Amino acid sequence: MADNVKPKVRVPKTAAAGEAITLKTLISHPMESGQRKDDAGNLIPRSIINRFTCEFNGQSVIDVTMEPAISTNPYFEFEATVPEAGTFTFTWYDDDGSVYTESQDIAIG
Amino acid sequence: ALGASVAAAMPFRAFADASEDSIAAFTGGAEMGTEGLTLTAPEIAENGNTVPVEVSAPGAVSIMLLATGNPTPDAAIFNFGPLAASQTASTRIRLAKTQNVMAIAKMADGSFVQATQEVKVTIGGCGG
Amino acid sequence: GRWGRLAAQQALTQDQLLQFDTYGNVSLIHVTDIHAQLKPIYFREPSVNLGVGPNKGEVPHITGADFRKLYGIDDGSASHYALSSGDFSALAQGYGKMGGLDRVATVINAIRADRPDAILLDGGDTWHGSMTCYETQGQDMVNVMNLLKPDAMTFHWEFTLGSDRVREIVQDLPFAAMGQNIFDAEWDEPSEDFKPYEFFERGGVKVAVIGQAFPYMPIANPGWMFPEYSFGIRDAHMQDMVNEVRGMGAELVVCLSHNGFDVDKKMAANVTGIDVILSGHTHDALPEPVLVGETIIVASGSNGKFVSRVDLDVRDGRMMGFRHKLIPIFSDVITPDAEVAKAIDAERAPFKDRLEEVIGRTDDTSLLYRRGNFNGTWDDLICNALLDQRDAQIALSPGVRWGPSILPGSDITREDIWNVTSMTYGKAYRSEMTGETLKLIMEDVADNLFNPDPYYQQGGDMVRVGGIGYKIDITKPIGERISDLTLLATGEAIDAATPYVVAGWASVNEDTEGPQIWDVVEDYIASQGTVSVPDNTNVVVVE
Ligand SMILES: [Mn+2]
Ligand SMILES: [Mn+2]
Repeated sequence: MADNVKPKVRVPKTAAAGEAITLKTLISHPMESGQRKDDAGNLIPRSIINRFTCEFNGQSVIDVTMEPAISTNPYFEFEATVPEAGTFTFTWYDDDGSVYTESQDIAIG
Repeated sequence: ALGASVAAAMPFRAFADASEDSIAAFTGGAEMGTEGLTLTAPEIAENGNTVPVEVSAPGAVSIMLLATGNPTPDAAIFNFGPLAASQTASTRIRLAKTQNVMAIAKMADGSFVQATQEVKVTIGGCGG
Repeated sequence: GRWGRLAAQQALTQDQLLQFDTYGNVSLIHVTDIHAQLKPIYFREPSVNLGVGPNKGEVPHITGADFRKLYGIDDGSASHYALSSGDFSALAQGYGKMGGLDRVATVINAIRADRPDAILLDGGDTWHGSMTCYETQGQDMVNVMNLLKPDAMTFHWEFTLGSDRVREIVQDLPFAAMGQNIFDAEWDEPSEDFKPYEFFERGGVKVAVIGQAFPYMPIANPGWMFPEYSFGIRDAHMQDMVNEVRGMGAELVVCLSHNGFDVDKKMAANVTGIDVILSGHTHDALPEPVLVGETIIVASGSNGKFVSRVDLDVRDGRMMGFRHKLIPIFSDVITPDAEVAKAIDAERAPFKDRLEEVIGRTDDTSLLYRRGNFNGTWDDLICNALLDQRDAQIALSPGVRWGPSILPGSDITREDIWNVTSMTYGKAYRSEMTGETLKLIMEDVADNLFNPDPYYQQGGDMVRVGGIGYKIDITKPIGERISDLTLLATGEAIDAATPYVVAGWASVNEDTEGPQIWDVVEDYIASQGTVSVPDNTNVVVVE
């Protein structure tokens, strides 16, 4: 498991029912591409987050297949519709089998 | 300079072989249109290791993003769910050198559209 | 016009330089790119400043006699000396040094005597460029500029103090620190450390000033020094800001810009609703504003040589007319402001002995200058120092636009050396580079200068070279501009596969090792005693 993997999300606290809101996510991760060599000239093995999903109350907002060209500390920004009060769940899947999750509630108001 | 968006028609063969396989896998070799997908990237990367890119294709099911000049061009495939308020997403990608960034959108009717934009990756230095 | 008349006058007076028929209801005062020059200096304007694409043959890409002809400036006149190249050494003897912030203060105070609520705007590149600025991390400039009471400022080289230091200064600034294009890099949102714009109520007019910092900060300068920020031109956000301030009742929209002139022209065409762009970065001094659509673009030179005054008639929410003057700061003609003069001396006092020490001399034929698209004599001297002191075959020196000139037959002080080298990443590296890499670097820099699209013109002038000659065709695309690369020592063509020993400075890489460039140049000049630097004939330019 990569060290110090820390997800951060930006979600509004409230929205109107049916409103489109902007979500931003970041996760600290080296995203080792598998292309780089170490000082001894050996290829550093690939170790990336390969999938990111965002769901709201169990329904998909976005599901991203991630490849080595995604930068260190992967960033995503996208828009979600908020039909009702509930919870956004963000999940990152690491090559090493680790799964990182973050969730945030949103109220209707 | 963020904010420029270009949808240029490029011949398929213009993309290096590494991209071709990915494109074929995504489109099944289907023809690609050039209308309806907007790819937004800076003309010049502030930092080639983290280049902001936005893709937007109203009505798309999914959008593939490629760094066609990278040794491994694949960047991401965005699959939009029922609660996506728009078929728009932004991320940051690595560009090994000046190259065309390419996006291909799969539309709800099964058709494909593509857009490319050149992003310059410069060695930099010097200033007024 | 005004310049023709001024040109005809041999005996300058302060009253003539300041003469201005106050007009309309709003006055703007613009200074920019002072590069920490507190004291008067000589500064030769470029003799080569080539425009490409739509800007070929357009100002500011007109120099020397062509420039004088365009503006009706007489040969040998004060305006010839101040604004153009040619006969510089001879004219400098007659007209003397220019600039000095104490003289700038006098001019600003005189404008404020006419129009007490004139808005003073600083276009940036202020806290960089001298020994005292380096040693005080910009504090000398902050202290002296505060006495001039600016109303707002934007930024470029300031960020090379490092973002912590910039924030420390900005927190205490008694005026607005602006940049609508300064974004938080992590979340790609406008930075909370800088304002996008500021409102001023002047002469019954609501004036909005929008800041535009240097867009290519992490490309032209070391991004690792300010990793929290992202820049870019951000036309769309600029348009949003213009719309926002217009929506809030702005009757006059001014953009205080550090884009550079050609970028400002393109931005003026892309963004609607800006009345005035006060342009900085490319150090151009233009006696008249350039009009793009309904936007006027004002260029106010560099190094404290000029102050621009722009009077505007704003009625019914519209700019109805303007009157402009680029005021040259002839330091022997304009009386220094006593308070500011005293403050400058106080800032310099702790460094006085170090500053004034004479290191060497120029011979009677060598004018040291930098400004121009290709190698100037100062650059050649720096490259010679690198070749000699770092035992290299090839030298590379950045094509920055700052750095005052030294007349033939003059002492070169330590201050003079720092004025052309001072920076926070000045280490002189020594490394091996293949001919292929060298060509790649030169092509890259050339494209950042001669790309026909101004939005790709991210940096300074062409990288300066020592130990090699080359030919450049500026009309060609990237990869095809540079040819005939020759190692001067042997007369042989540079070989793509051969490694060469290259010395240079101002690398944007964080782990650069080596002595500071000002020490390298000082040691070299001291070893030479008197330096002789003829104009460079090893760069052949095809237009
Ligand atoms: Mn400058
Ligand atoms: Mn600048």
